[in-house]
Amino acid sequence: MKFGIVVFPGSNCDDDTLFVLQKVLRQEAIFLWHKDHDLGRVDCVLLPGGFSYGDYLRAGAIAKFSPLMQEVGEFAERGGLVLGICNGFQVLLELGLLPGAMLRNKSLKFLCQHVHLRVENAATAFTHRARPGQILRIPIAHFDGNYYAPAEALSELEAGNQVVFRYVDENGETTEAANVNGSAANIGGLINARGNVLGMMPHPERASEAILGSLDGRLIFESLILWR
Amino acid sequence: MKVRILVSFKESVLDPQGQTVKNALHTLGYQFIKDVRQGKVFEVELEGLSEAQAHKVIPEITDKVLANPIIEKFSWQILADGEKVSRN
Repeated sequence: MKFGIVVFPGSNCDDDTLFVLQKVLRQEAIFLWHKDHDLGRVDCVLLPGGFSYGDYLRAGAIAKFSPLMQEVGEFAERGGLVLGICNGFQVLLELGLLPGAMLRNKSLKFLCQHVHLRVENAATAFTHRARPGQILRIPIAHFDGNYYAPAEALSELEAGNQVVFRYVDENGETTEAANVNGSAANIGGLINARGNVLGMMPHPERASEAILGSLDGRLIFESLILWR
Repeated sequence: MKVRILVSFKESVLDPQGQTVKNALHTLGYQFIKDVRQGKVFEVELEGLSEAQAHKVIPEITDKVLANPIIEKFSWQILADGEKVSRN
């Protein structure tokens, strides 16, 4: 599988993601410059973590106007796989490829810590290597990860089984304490109705090698690699 | 022509920064402060546009760029020599 990692000014997880895909998982992976107009025939587009355009205005708000985002939108429209991690998730929300928006964390603090995530939908291109209900331990690192969507949009997400990850405690319970950033319905990751665009705040690329303390992030990449 | 655009969270959206400012003011003894909402101000200078054109263009750029309509609302006014002459 060929992955393309979009690089914006201010992206800072692009190298980590490339490293995991190339060196750990032995996949073909390339960088895609945000000013280009060519997706390089990739099978999956990755929007990495970081602070595109310094998070000026709102996280992801300026990145959505990058020339390459036009192509990414068309790619998603054709059913291409798109994974947005952290800032990448924020960009997908600003683009409207996923519903809702991000608010500042409820604590008003930048959060950099491991969290537990429960896999709510293990029948997606991004999660089929996980068991339904499996608890993953993956780090977050963000200031604006407090997911918000109007009530109707939340009901639609729930009805369509589009909530893919929820913040839980180590026992898998959706407690308020486990919902570190204050997200609506403990949502940590969601997918579009068609099932080809996923956004998640935790960083699977930081949990793909034993030396980093968790291998759970690999499940996301391995799911993509083994997707039919 | 100069316009001032005020972007703030919709009433339905919790504003934790505004809440924190309110709590700080309460701590200082300003108990009468009932609520604080924090927002952003943009001062935009327009060139060669009529007032009618501004009324079309300002909501357009605010919806498209300056605000996220899912969580934010806005109001704006035209400034003339530091005074407001129009409000929307």
